Amino acid sequence: MAKEWNDMTPAEKRANLCDRWLNPPGAKFESPQAEKDYKGRVQRLLDAFNKKKPDRVPCFPMQGFFAAYYCGYTPYDVMYDYSKADEAFTRMVVETSPDAHSSILGAPPGPVYDLLDYKLYSWPGHGVPKNVSYQAREGEYMKASEYDSLIADPTNFFLTTWLPRIMGKAEALSSLTPFTNMTEMYGSFTAASFVPFGVPPVQEALKTFMKAGEEALKWIGFVAGYGAKMTAKGFPGFFGGGCKAPFDTVGDTLRGTKGMMFDMFRCPDKLVRACEQFVPIMIKMGVDGARQNGCPVVFLPLHKGADGFMNDQQFRKYYWPTLLAVMEGLIKEGCIPFPWAEGGYDSRLDVIKDSPDEIFWGFDKIDFHNAKKLVGNKHAIGGAIPISVLNVGTKDDVIAEVKKEIDIFGKDGGYIMMTSATMEETPGDNVKTMINTCKQFGVYK
Amino acid sequence: MAKDLAKALGDLQEDEAIAITQEKLDANEDAMAILAEAGKGMDTVGIRFSKGEYFIPDLVYSGEILRRINELVKPKLTAGTSQKKEGKVIIATVAGDIHDIGKDILVFMLDVAGFEVFDMGVDVPIQQIVDKVKETGATVLGLSGFLTLAYDAMKETIEALKAAGLRDKLKIMIGGGQITPDIVKYTGADTFGKTAIEGVDLAKKWLRK
Repeated sequence: MAKEWNDMTPAEKRANLCDRWLNPPGAKFESPQAEKDYKGRVQRLLDAFNKKKPDRVPCFPMQGFFAAYYCGYTPYDVMYDYSKADEAFTRMVVETSPDAHSSILGAPPGPVYDLLDYKLYSWPGHGVPKNVSYQAREGEYMKASEYDSLIADPTNFFLTTWLPRIMGKAEALSSLTPFTNMTEMYGSFTAASFVPFGVPPVQEALKTFMKAGEEALKWIGFVAGYGAKMTAKGFPGFFGGGCKAPFDTVGDTLRGTKGMMFDMFRCPDKLVRACEQFVPIMIKMGVDGARQNGCPVVFLPLHKGADGFMNDQQFRKYYWPTLLAVMEGLIKEGCIPFPWAEGGYDSRLDVIKDSPDEIFWGFDKIDFHNAKKLVGNKHAIGGAIPISVLNVGTKDDVIAEVKKEIDIFGKDGGYIMMTSATMEETPGDNVKTMINTCKQFGVYK
Repeated sequence: MAKDLAKALGDLQEDEAIAITQEKLDANEDAMAILAEAGKGMDTVGIRFSKGEYFIPDLVYSGEILRRINELVKPKLTAGTSQKKEGKVIIATVAGDIHDIGKDILVFMLDVAGFEVFDMGVDVPIQQIVDKVKETGATVLGLSGFLTLAYDAMKETIEALKAAGLRDKLKIMIGGGQITPDIVKYTGADTFGKTAIEGVDLAKKWLRK
């Protein structure tokens, strides 16, 4: 009998996830060639993750709304018409032929956020023009005085304080009592906890949640359908799951950049404690996704630890310990953490070079030689075709950049070619040039 | 021991800086003199940032301390004592982009450095920027953008300024996460700044002749 997940060793968990990625259960390939392509692509990626030399350098440009622009749609179109998202992302992958796809998750379902009166972001047609991407609306959604509540019970804090602030339709949830009250039959324990559910505003909020749920279900049908279709066509999904550095969760989502920076001076201990509280939460988030999708890669977009955002000492104190703990936890669960170091990271190389070698480091702006020497000698690395070159450069500029990065990063394997930032209105021809040049010149002899 | 406001602010000692400001106000010290001392503290912050000793959180936190000092001093300021400005600078995040963290730090640092700053906010339509240049007669413009979509918005803004016959009198700096020399060329700007301090230095170079 197959071992239960919790009884497996980290190596067995990793083997399980990799095997499900390489041989997806229930996959129906369009043709023997598609199956060969699919497995060839996953193997190429796995070889790179394992610091081996694949047959050639794998190429996976990072996507934002590129597929929409590529097909003449706006971001609004693909956020509000899931069939257009499906069509655009399919056509883009088939025509550009990268080594993996990134699902259609980059086009979140607009109607769900409309229903919820979501305030954390502006999105096409809702605060920003229909032809541009969704963008974060930073704010102090948690006050500095609320650290103790967050630390005491993050889930309850999210449910009764944070959600009511970031979703207009969730305001009434502020009257809920902690679910952990429901421990006894005695009246003030469980029955009293149900009282808020009887009042009309909470009932309205729940009805809205149900509507949002129905819409999300409709959307996830397209997501699943897209994934199955791309597998059938021979393209694996790159991402198993995703989660964030605890410091970014506090900084991006709860306190805002400014608030978080003040906290580093005014209440550093609470900031650190809150980050620690998010470690198991983030591990679970990443692992759940990887297990559900049968792919070991867990994406961690890194934001507030970039060069300039704090000094070395602050990075080592506030940012790194809990990020490292999350990645170690993911590795124990068989995952391949993929921290994507957005922005400059030259000043962090000395710290991150000693992280566990299962980690796949993605870079944006970086000294190529130093990154390869310090991090790439132990870790697989990804990056870093500058989005500026892809967006405004000529064909020759793109070819030169791709060749340069193959020479430096690609040497001896362990490298996946990526873009430095997500592609949006990038010219399709430049993207094709990037991928084709990588295929032509990235072959390992 | 003399209480040194400039040092307290320069060292980012918030409680101390606020306490010293309050003591000085209680002792009826001149409000402008207090602000001048705070200004010296901010010079220290700027120098330490340039040397790589301070980082963005230090800049942002110094801004917060200065905001609190200003708040305390403001009621004591008499009309007509506003500081002499170094020159006019317009700052805007271009159309379609709503990011403001970097822009706000630059606006703040320019203000501290004595410039008259016109902060147009985020997602600013091209025509509004053209109108603002005409209206203020500013000769320095900073365009900010975090997303790659800002490349075209910057380019179109600069083209509109050209079409309006304003480009020649104007020095234009751009800034943002994905800005490189290639993008300076693409947009037709004069140059770019990697940090707020670089932006301030450019404004100084262009306006303090």
